[in-house]
Amino acid sequence: MSDTPVLSVRDLRIGYDGKTVLEKIDFDVARGEVFVILGGSGCGKSTLLRTMIGLIKPLAGSVKVDGEEFLGVGGAARVAMLRKFGVLYQSSALFSSMTLVENVSLPLEEFTELPKDAIEIIAKTKLRLVGLEGFEGHLPSEISGGMKKRAGVARALSLDPRILFLDEPSAGLDPITSAELDRLILDIRDALGTTMVLVTHELPSIYAVADRCIVLEKARHTIVARGRPADLRDTSDDPYVRAFFRRTTLTEA
Amino acid sequence: MEATRTAPARIDIESQGGRTVFRVSGRLDVESTPALWEQARRLAKSGTRPEEIDASAVESCDSAGASWLVWLGAPVSGANPQVAALLDLVRPERKLTRRSVDDAPDVNRGLVLGLGHVAHEWVSAVRSTIVYAGTLVEGLVAAIRHPGSLRGKDLLLYMARTGSEALPIVALITFLVGVIIAFQASVQLRQFGADLYVADAVALSMVMELGPLMTAIIMAGRSGSAFAAEIGTMKVNEEVDALDTMGLDSTRFLVMPKFIALLLTMPLLVTFASFCGIGGGLLIGVTSLDLPVNVYLNETVQRLTMWHAAQGYIKGECYAVVIAAVGCRRGLQTKTGAQGVGLSATSAVVSGIFLIIVVDAVLTVLFHYV
Repeated sequence: MSDTPVLSVRDLRIGYDGKTVLEKIDFDVARGEVFVILGGSGCGKSTLLRTMIGLIKPLAGSVKVDGEEFLGVGGAARVAMLRKFGVLYQSSALFSSMTLVENVSLPLEEFTELPKDAIEIIAKTKLRLVGLEGFEGHLPSEISGGMKKRAGVARALSLDPRILFLDEPSAGLDPITSAELDRLILDIRDALGTTMVLVTHELPSIYAVADRCIVLEKARHTIVARGRPADLRDTSDDPYVRAFFRRTTLTEA
Repeated sequence: MEATRTAPARIDIESQGGRTVFRVSGRLDVESTPALWEQARRLAKSGTRPEEIDASAVESCDSAGASWLVWLGAPVSGANPQVAALLDLVRPERKLTRRSVDDAPDVNRGLVLGLGHVAHEWVSAVRSTIVYAGTLVEGLVAAIRHPGSLRGKDLLLYMARTGSEALPIVALITFLVGVIIAFQASVQLRQFGADLYVADAVALSMVMELGPLMTAIIMAGRSGSAFAAEIGTMKVNEEVDALDTMGLDSTRFLVMPKFIALLLTMPLLVTFASFCGIGGGLLIGVTSLDLPVNVYLNETVQRLTMWHAAQGYIKGECYAVVIAAVGCRRGLQTKTGAQGVGLSATSAVVSGIFLIIVVDAVLTVLFHYV
């Protein structure tokens, strides 16, 4: 059973108002893999991610986590499956009225029977893991954008999820902070064995972290390439994929 | 700067082998083009349209000039490299993004399809409202059965926000309403020598009707909008999504503390409002009608019954349900962006006040027959 994919997406079709945004989306993500969903702005990357974590209802298809169907599951079973997920949102989505340590503690308080002091220790450890030691009592509004992302990762990790979903983690970050976040993603994967699913279009990040990727294109509404980023850059004969990886216009590609 | 204006833009119309050619010369920029648009429009009205544009005498061109050249709608010849490059950038066939046919907005739906769409939206709105009401009842029952499940800190915070912090404005407004009722009533009642009944008019209207109503309208403006804006901002910042993907119930987390806080503070505010209103009436009674304080208060106490007070409290609690439920729901329905938050806050106040008046009308008639 060890080779059952952690995440398995089959024939997913997403759309609204009778329009299809994405269709024929198939892929598997293996345990401990850093899997990247690529594509230009507006191609539906974030929509796909939000569908996988249950925020958007797809028109058809299936999303399996550890071999169990996730879509359409309700009640306690859904909550149990959601505990396998950690999500870092594009805007970090930290609760603005809570300090960093309270943000990280919240899932622990709600889903575990741990005593208060233990929860605080765990939360502080998670914050140390992401390099935010000393900022535990700060409110999200008092820290920088890069630190918010780190705090978001710490909160997403609070229940030690099986899969960490990251929605454009390096959006709005300077190259150094962005590289530090990439390092953090790999460190966490190596240390905790967490499977990572990233949505991004930042080429340096993609080359730095991705084991495998899929490329989505808006015009074709589906996956247009899959594989290792470096291979796609060097060998793909699809003009869109070539343009994407070589950072050129479609005409030049 | 004057040197740059040595070659003003102009159009010379020539006919070459039966073809109308516009010979454009000078600097085509944002300052010179308005006159050219005007001239070209006039020419078009009189039937003169270019079949070719000779731009060989155009010295330079900015985007306004290039837009004008493109608008003329004829092939441009002889442009210098700067002008040609700019024209290349602004020509209409150039598209930065490749839009597929599916992306085009579906404008013409047709009447039947449009009606069906509206009906479908109505049905889903009604269904989701019923689900929301059910969730609120469920949350309230859960909070009563397990008070520990409520976040105490949040509850106290919202009780302070909706209760003690609202006291000054509630006091001021209801006191003035008391003054107004007493004043208006005294003008009428004095004609019949029934000055003392001003106390009755003020007491009954404040306790049964205006105390709860004015408080509710203030709370809809103060707290209903605040609830909508707060939850709306959380929605826009993906905080509500974050709760959802953590498997936490956003109703229990975000709505219940506000809902219960308002249910708890409303009776206190209504009591306070009634006292302030009666105080306003007393001021007019004493100063304008020369009634002794004890006589006015005695008349007030004798006129009021427990049932009058109960009516005020029942109305107050119903208004509290409406304000909190509508405010939080509008917050949860927030679409995207700062504008979405603004719309939610506005909608929370408008629909809140509307529903308060509807509930008031229903309860007033109901109490009359009880």
